Amino acid sequence: MPLRTTQRSIQLVGDRTLRIVERIGAIMVFLGMILMRSGTSFRRFGLVIREVFFAGVQSLIIILVSGLFVGMVLGLQGHETLQNYGSEESVGVLVALSLVRELGPVVSALLFASRAGSAITAEIGLMKATEQLSAMEMMAVSPISRVVAPRFWGGVLSLPLLSMLFSAMGIIGGFLVAVVLIGVDDGAFWSQMQAAVDFSHDVMNGIIKSVVFGIAVSAIATFEGYEAPPTAEGVSGATTRTVVSSSLAILALDLVLTAFMLKGWN
Amino acid sequence: MERSTLNLWVGFFVLLGFFSFLMLAFKVGNLSAGGSGSSYSVVAHFDNIGQLKERAPVRSAGVLVGRVSAVSFDLAHYNAEVRLSIDSHYPFPKDTSASVLTSGILGEQYIGLDAGGDDKMLKDGDQIKLTQGAMVLERLIGQFLFNKAQEGGTTDKGGSAK
Amino acid sequence: MTNLVNISNLNFGYGLRPVLKGINLTVPKGSLVAIMGLSGCGKTTLLRLMGGQLRAREGVVEVAGYRLNDISQEDLYALRRRLGMLFQFGALFTDLSVFDNVAFQMREHTNLPESVIRDLTLMKLNAVGLRGVQSFMPSELSGGMARRVALARATALDPQLILYDEPFAGLDPISLGVIGQLIRRLNDVLGATSVLVTHDVQESLKIVDYVYFVSDGVIVAQGTPDQIRASSLPFVHQFVWGEVDGPLPFHYPASTLRDDLGLKGN
Repeated sequence: MPLRTTQRSIQLVGDRTLRIVERIGAIMVFLGMILMRSGTSFRRFGLVIREVFFAGVQSLIIILVSGLFVGMVLGLQGHETLQNYGSEESVGVLVALSLVRELGPVVSALLFASRAGSAITAEIGLMKATEQLSAMEMMAVSPISRVVAPRFWGGVLSLPLLSMLFSAMGIIGGFLVAVVLIGVDDGAFWSQMQAAVDFSHDVMNGIIKSVVFGIAVSAIATFEGYEAPPTAEGVSGATTRTVVSSSLAILALDLVLTAFMLKGWN
Repeated sequence: MERSTLNLWVGFFVLLGFFSFLMLAFKVGNLSAGGSGSSYSVVAHFDNIGQLKERAPVRSAGVLVGRVSAVSFDLAHYNAEVRLSIDSHYPFPKDTSASVLTSGILGEQYIGLDAGGDDKMLKDGDQIKLTQGAMVLERLIGQFLFNKAQEGGTTDKGGSAK
Repeated sequence: MTNLVNISNLNFGYGLRPVLKGINLTVPKGSLVAIMGLSGCGKTTLLRLMGGQLRAREGVVEVAGYRLNDISQEDLYALRRRLGMLFQFGALFTDLSVFDNVAFQMREHTNLPESVIRDLTLMKLNAVGLRGVQSFMPSELSGGMARRVALARATALDPQLILYDEPFAGLDPISLGVIGQLIRRLNDVLGATSVLVTHDVQESLKIVDYVYFVSDGVIVAQGTPDQIRASSLPFVHQFVWGEVDGPLPFHYPASTLRDDLGLKGN
């Protein structure tokens, strides 16, 4: 009897694993399809600009405000800890490095997944449920190139911009707390930061991360919308799945990318 | 939404993103220092580099003039070969000496350059001949104890001779 | 008179469940043909087979000279440019205005200058009497108006064949009459051929040329509207006059009520 339950739970693990791998594979195939049918998006760039508005501009407020708060908290906490070692001036380094390397790309991608990713999934899912995608197909227009690809590229273009804004805003927040509020020396704050933050190793790597996250989140969001069962529960389930699986994908990819970036790409 | 207002917003968004990129590059990062601009690289051999790592600063008189670009072990001399990438704004004489220094007592390690008096300047690929390796704490303490012991020994001897 | 649609010996099923069994059906050029039957009898499936959304495995489906069973993607898209389809609830693109909805295919498939597209679109909207709502969004339209806009969109490129999927569903009696008349008029004015899938007997008998009755995946009766009205077949009679009981029983097949209620005969 215990042997049977053990066997069954191992079977369950195997089953789940296979399903996850299957899903990742399906998303990859879907991504390939998007890339193959992206011609329209670039020939008529207005389609993409529209999606940059919905994905990027409309996420601006949440990104700017969260960035400011995260930077302020980092400034406070960093100062609190660093003053034990008598190096309050390094608070700028701490704020800038943690934002530019990790928090900027990761937190803005998480916010983007829940703000814009879920909206993309819901929109495409509803278009499918109300037969708009079938109607387009019947008009000899491929929904992948007309609906999915512009949204994908809109997301891919928006996220790096958003994550740079998040980092910049966070550093301003850290500056406000550390220099304006607490009174750390202004010059030391910036000069230590400049000495420690390397453009190609820290800033560029952060941007590379956010591009990868942008591709992952946009691919997952459009995939879930396109594959959503055409019912109300189907669309709401797909929206939830978008947020959950893109969050997991962001964190997992971050680990892999960070490991490579710290070790060097070879 | 009207097409033109939409484009206006997106343009505003892209500009904002671009400005934050400039801020990250020049105000936060070291791009303004010409860090990724033109530089020349020189080699220095040290018998011991301590905790020196790649990308450690290279300073002269306390000013950042470059970074360590590579650290490797030289099998020909059995010592450490350190490649320095120095900003081309700062030419150094050929007889400049390099030493591995520590900022503060337990801070990070960096390379200090002391300019010599030669007329010829270091060129890309040159070697810095005069080097001073890292002070290793264990050896310093060992040496200190050894000296103390010797001192003690001599006073003892002196005592017995008396 | 040649046939635009030719279906012979068609068998089709989802999985193991057969939906259509041995269908033979022709639609002559220029005519307006209705396919009627109860909900779930397979008539929408039949329409999807004609539009190439589903592929038949047994039998032949021929539309405008193309054999749809194994048509290539390019041929299918070429065929669909000569095809218009009206979906059950209109399936207007919710992110585009009424004008942009009607102009959609012209923009996607032609290189006409914007001024020509404008004139053509206004003419199409005028034909359904809705030139006045061109700047509205689909969400601002009533059900009847949305259906008329969808009709204008389906006929935007002057299609040879127009497929209607339940064009009368959920409309008030006045809108219903308007749509019925529009379908007939557009068919004659454009010189098109139309296939109408519906369960609204009275309205469609007023406008169509020929009727096929489908029940349980089989064509049980066919004829002109007058023949159908006069038909003595019990099923057709029940359907046309909307009687509660007849050959199609009120009760879904089940065990007897006595058994279900647990009343044991004593």
